[in-house]
Amino acid sequence: MRLLRGIGRWLEDRTGLVGVIRDLALHPVPPGTGWMYVLGSATITALLIQVATGSVLAMVYTPSTSEAYASLQYITNRMVLGHFLRGVHFFGASAMILFIGLHMIRVFLWGSYKYPREASWLSGLLLLGLTLAMGFTGQLLRWDQNAIWSVVVGAEQAGRVPFIGTALAHFVLGGDSVGGATLGRFFAFHVFMIPGLIFALVGVHLFFVLRNGISEPPSQTPVIEPESYRDQYQTLLDESGVPFWPDAAWRDVVFGAGVVVVVAILAGIVGPPALSKPPNPAIVQAAPRPDWYLLWYFAVLALLPHGIENAFMVGFPLLAALLLVLVPFLNNRGERRMRFRPWAVASVLVVSTAVLSLTIIGEKAPWSPHFDAEPLPTAVVGQVGSEAKSGAKMFHDKGCEYCHSIAGYGGHRGPDLTWIADERTHDQLVIRIMNGGYNMPGFSSILTPAEVTAIVSFLQTRTHHGAPALPRDSVAPRADTAASK
Amino acid sequence: MADERERDGTTMGRRRLLAWLASGAGALASLVVGLPVIGILLRPMFRGMPVKWRSVGAVDSFTVGETTEVVFLDPLGEPWAGDAAKRAAWLRRDGEDQFTVFSMNCTHLGCPVRWLDETKLFMCPCHGGVYYADGDVAAGPPPRPLVRYPVRVRKGQVQVATVALPIT
Repeated sequence: MRLLRGIGRWLEDRTGLVGVIRDLALHPVPPGTGWMYVLGSATITALLIQVATGSVLAMVYTPSTSEAYASLQYITNRMVLGHFLRGVHFFGASAMILFIGLHMIRVFLWGSYKYPREASWLSGLLLLGLTLAMGFTGQLLRWDQNAIWSVVVGAEQAGRVPFIGTALAHFVLGGDSVGGATLGRFFAFHVFMIPGLIFALVGVHLFFVLRNGISEPPSQTPVIEPESYRDQYQTLLDESGVPFWPDAAWRDVVFGAGVVVVVAILAGIVGPPALSKPPNPAIVQAAPRPDWYLLWYFAVLALLPHGIENAFMVGFPLLAALLLVLVPFLNNRGERRMRFRPWAVASVLVVSTAVLSLTIIGEKAPWSPHFDAEPLPTAVVGQVGSEAKSGAKMFHDKGCEYCHSIAGYGGHRGPDLTWIADERTHDQLVIRIMNGGYNMPGFSSILTPAEVTAIVSFLQTRTHHGAPALPRDSVAPRADTAASK
Repeated sequence: MADERERDGTTMGRRRLLAWLASGAGALASLVVGLPVIGILLRPMFRGMPVKWRSVGAVDSFTVGETTEVVFLDPLGEPWAGDAAKRAAWLRRDGEDQFTVFSMNCTHLGCPVRWLDETKLFMCPCHGGVYYADGDVAAGPPPRPLVRYPVRVRKGQVQVATVALPIT
């Protein structure tokens, strides 16, 4: 014991670290900081999970386009605990994005970004952007079929920027096209550059928190007046401040430990995202999708009116970033209580609902053709004449079923045709098939008159009157219910 | 008094000089390391890929009126690239010596379009863009027709030019 004390005294004398750490741990914070204050530290906990698991994964992962996929297969299927580690890394990333988003919402709703914490908000915004960049680059490091086409999609979006779009796209790709340089580039971004920036910014962010103090709950300072706030805050700390450790920090530690346990459980039960086909640009059977946190944007790009896509792809990220940057400058004083800030609450509700809804629809992706649609079974086709029977076969063979469903079979890009004969006449069906529509190609140069007649003949049997018993419960009751534009 | 002022002035001048010297040395060191790093980082923005003609098969191996996938290598020849060096395109034989080669990339967001032989359409799996057999937009979000690659016939071989990924 005496030896340990001696070592401690020596360390303190030579480094001063013990005193600094003690001062940091015991610095006074406002009373009443509850569970809503653990979201920032939970984000850092998730970051630490990523650093730990990422370091080990990087020991085995080979950032070469010819070997990356094989090394990931090895990690996933053969390496001891590799499957679990990849899972922890994936769910750790998900947790980091989730908590940084919730932390941001809490800070916004409680007015914690107001004077004198504007710089904390701005550094947090940069950290949000870098975290999303880590997520995107991490998805690409899987280097499977989904990843390489996601790079292409990312480059195409960068390409929409006026004047410098092509140069930006080539910056993303590391060249004129996906190639050997692409993966190495993303590996360097994901493992060195972005984490370096994140560490630096986390340091800056925490420095700001220490310098300006943890924002007290709105009930303690309902209204911010910059002229008197610092004195008011100091008085609060002097009169009723509590030491950060353990009075406030215990919640951070307990919640952080909970995050680690939940991430580990999810990694063990659900596992990492499955690798898709090998990364061969010559394999065209690919349907790239982003990870869950960008599915909402994937959905937006599918649902936008076509004419405004370019403006949206460039303008939306810029506008969103600008608005977020301006938040603490447009409104850095005044009321902090939520019940007196209805616009703040409403904006969070609207954005959250929109992102959640778009994420759900992005997961379903009803706009994507269903290439694997099975031919309609006899039970669905029913007892129909030979021409209609032939039309039912063509409905599948000619690709109608990729976009239209009948009795639950087929895609959802176009309207559900289960009861189409109740909605459209013979002539209307012919005209639509021949001329197409906004999201449907015209088949006049593709189908023969006999084929059109057969398909229409089949569609005319899709009516409530004398309809066959349908085998699937999920049948839409009426037509035109799908997500067509 | 005058000596003191002179000494203070000399000290300030010396300090200013040392500050400039240190700042200059720091800037120089940063440039020596930073410029090559930034140069390598940004180089892909300005480097053009060389165009090469790649044979994708004998003329007779393609049937008139049919559209098939062809695969060729990019011109960079990076030894570690593996399959990532492969490029694919859709080739249609229009006549005896007439071929059209379409980029695999949807002009909406670059996803790989599939040729549906029964339907005679190209379809994109991402957002449902559809193209006719001649590459024209048939439906969905693509803003323009499929990009066409330069193609030629040399010594009985169909050759495709290796051009950059079409950024639309």
